[in-house]
Amino acid sequence: MNAKQIQNIMFWLMAAITVLIILPVIIIFSIIIFNGYSALSPEFIFAIPRMGMKAGGIFPAIIGTLYLILGTMLFSLPLGVLAAIYLTEYATENWLTRIIEIAIVNLAGVPSIVYGLFGLGLFVMFLNIGASILAGSLTLAIMTLPVIITASREALMAVPKSFREVSYSLGASRWQTVSKVVLPNAIPGIITGTILGLSRAAGETAPILFTVAAFYLPKLPASIFDQVMALPYHIYVLSTQVPNVPERIQYGTILVLILMVFIMNISAAYLRAYFRKRKLW
Amino acid sequence: MEAAIFMSGLIVILFVVLIFVFLLRESIVFFTNQNLLGVLSGKDWYPISDPPRFGFLPLILGSLFVTLGAIVIAVPLSMAAAIYISEVAPHRFKNIFKTGIELLAAIPSVVLAFIGIVALSPFIKNIFNLPSGLTALTGSIMLAFMAMPTIVSIIEDAITSVPRSYKEGALALGATHWQTIRRVILPAAFPGIIAAVMLGIGRVIGETMVVLMITGNAAIIPTSILQPVRTLTATVAAEMGEVIRGSQHYYALYGIGLVLFVVTFFVNLMADIFLHRKRY
Repeated sequence: MNAKQIQNIMFWLMAAITVLIILPVIIIFSIIIFNGYSALSPEFIFAIPRMGMKAGGIFPAIIGTLYLILGTMLFSLPLGVLAAIYLTEYATENWLTRIIEIAIVNLAGVPSIVYGLFGLGLFVMFLNIGASILAGSLTLAIMTLPVIITASREALMAVPKSFREVSYSLGASRWQTVSKVVLPNAIPGIITGTILGLSRAAGETAPILFTVAAFYLPKLPASIFDQVMALPYHIYVLSTQVPNVPERIQYGTILVLILMVFIMNISAAYLRAYFRKRKLW
Repeated sequence: MEAAIFMSGLIVILFVVLIFVFLLRESIVFFTNQNLLGVLSGKDWYPISDPPRFGFLPLILGSLFVTLGAIVIAVPLSMAAAIYISEVAPHRFKNIFKTGIELLAAIPSVVLAFIGIVALSPFIKNIFNLPSGLTALTGSIMLAFMAMPTIVSIIEDAITSVPRSYKEGALALGATHWQTIRRVILPAAFPGIIAAVMLGIGRVIGETMVVLMITGNAAIIPTSILQPVRTLTATVAAEMGEVIRGSQHYYALYGIGLVLFVVTFFVNLMADIFLHRKRY
């Protein structure tokens, strides 16, 4: 066998493997959509669960997840953007910056269940907030922070150096330069990264297990100190904790979560493409 | 404002330290009451028997089995896909493949776990003729799928950042494209590949919902990949909800959290060191 034939075999093999990875993704989506779409109805979306969650809708879980996304954003977005500004615009290359970078990498690698334990230990018990939207959002926010910092940093670094130089030459201070020149030009990248980070937080189960998620709570939360149901935890409950849940309800709940996560992902991709087209430099 | 910016930069360090401190604070009682070596090598995890036995070994081995299985499956497949996408695939397919892999990364783990229950586990059960399809192998396969997007994208980055001149040099000497990939590009991308594997391991060890739902959750020392196992993460997730706050069992679960934190910390640190090693 000559080198050319070996190459052909290898390339075909690698193509087959790539398809082998992608094919299950298509199959998974087909299974979910095929089994789940018949469950989608106004009642399923807007009603509370009934008969031990074997009938009715999933409205409290949808609302709970939306609250958690919002709460996570409120904490992680400002903190993440400010941290990214510090790293790109203020920090010099020294040991402190390196430690911050290592901390970001490790924060991104902490297992989600450890975030759950941490949230339980710090927010629920030590600060005595109790299992609540507040405790869950704070836990998810810390988990999302590395994603937002990394995305914001890339967006800030992509702003050309000359923009800053022109601003300085006109006599602007560093903060004026950052807030009036650099940040506005980095906003598209920051938004895209934030949406992607939040879409991951929306699908997480382990961090909310002990910090906010309620097994069954047929009413909407009255304050941020209330527990809520959440879609990912609800899927876990429906598939392992409650016997004989109709398949239609399981798949329907999964489809709603998948749709939510995908609307976020697609809008991030769309925004990225839109801003790239309008980019002036 | 500038003070707030500086504080935000530092807060990341604070969070890492806080996580460590809280895990330690809640588990220190456990580790002072029990002998550390005895816990790490204890063969029995019977937290609610009388007297309770808190041996981590079955859980550590459970995590190890599932992780090894997942990495053995994920690494070769990811390498092939990353090489194909970055070097071989025709341009118009490239983006389709990349989107497909990004789509895989976007699926929440609880959804993958559900698919594992309804689609993969009956399949495993029938092929191997087992009493139950919820085994370490089932978990490994699903975790491999979860880890592949991370591994593929980092290997891809490593391959694309190999200087063009390396490739051109090899091709000019008469090497085929495949010979160039195997003898020149892959060796040059090696640190990046190691980092990808490390990050993959970090993700797999820490994954909770998939192993909780599809590995069968039996805290016994595994001897085969076709047995049900219970991982460190699944133990915390399954038992923390029912444990009495302030009991030895509660502190033991924080002890497991501490073990997980320390292990993933070093795995990620290693990955970062490999990623920052400049070779060209």
